[in-house]
Amino acid sequence: MKAKIIITPKKAVVDPQGKAVQNALEHMGYSGINAVHVGKYLEIELNGADMETARRRLDEACHRFLSNPVIEDYKLEIE
Amino acid sequence: MNFAVLQFPASNCDQDAVHALRDVLGHSARYVWHKETSLCDADAVIVPGGFSYGDYLRCGAIARFSPVMQAVQQFATNGGLVLGICNGFQVLCEAGLLSGALIRNRSLQFRCEHVYLKTLTTDSPFTNQVPEGKLLRIPIAHGEGCYFADDETLTHLKANNQILWQYCNAQGDVTEQANPNGSLWNIAGICNERRNVAGLMPHPERACEAILGSADGRLIFESVIHALKSKTVPKAA
Repeated sequence: MKAKIIITPKKAVVDPQGKAVQNALEHMGYSGINAVHVGKYLEIELNGADMETARRRLDEACHRFLSNPVIEDYKLEIE
Repeated sequence: MNFAVLQFPASNCDQDAVHALRDVLGHSARYVWHKETSLCDADAVIVPGGFSYGDYLRCGAIARFSPVMQAVQQFATNGGLVLGICNGFQVLCEAGLLSGALIRNRSLQFRCEHVYLKTLTTDSPFTNQVPEGKLLRIPIAHGEGCYFADDETLTHLKANNQILWQYCNAQGDVTEQANPNGSLWNIAGICNERRNVAGLMPHPERACEAILGSADGRLIFESVIHALKSKTVPKAA
């Protein structure tokens, strides 16, 4: 099983990294960009086959540690 | 007084903290390695600056789960005094001992300079020795010192007098220009509701001797010492 986790800054949090990347893209000639948000991507390889238990435990891990709920949102997919 | 100065892998301001407490202020200070599970007879805990665990994942995110932090949590629950400096502030926020979070500086620059701090209240074990109106000149050195909390938390901090320090200019005005990192409300440091845990991004341990450019940082440590001497604050178990 593989878990894919995408962690992004919350909308309320100023994302200067995203802004810097957006500015650079625009300077490079890419137009029509409204916003860029820079986040994190994690891949976690799991043994076992019980997807529901894995999801529950990883949700907890995301909430406790892998993301900071004060400033980040996360999306968890397991395949 | 006995100070415990924590050491995580890649803490690098622990020696400055011990030097300030022991050599400059004349108190006992010992290093506590992050794997230790006891704070022994510490009267207060300093969580020092640095780049614990390489700032991997998020600053302080891994350090907060170090074994010693359980002892720190218990110490704080029992009313013991804990001061987080820079990375230490980040660790305490990640650990939930302080509200909010520290994120990348708004300018994306690593800012390494002296700043002025306005002390908003002397009603805390960390500020009781700061004279009325005195601005503290203290160095910062951080790339991720922008304090963030949602509106509800900020309002709560203000209502409870938990904002201890704000960045200001030399005249004491809290302005955007005086804010080195984009922190909301120019917040440089806060305490918890119970007022026994505090964190700040600037480095008071590097401002205890005039030869370093300022000795204003002494006032923060002297406040802790005064609080310890003047009331019964529990020792670590």
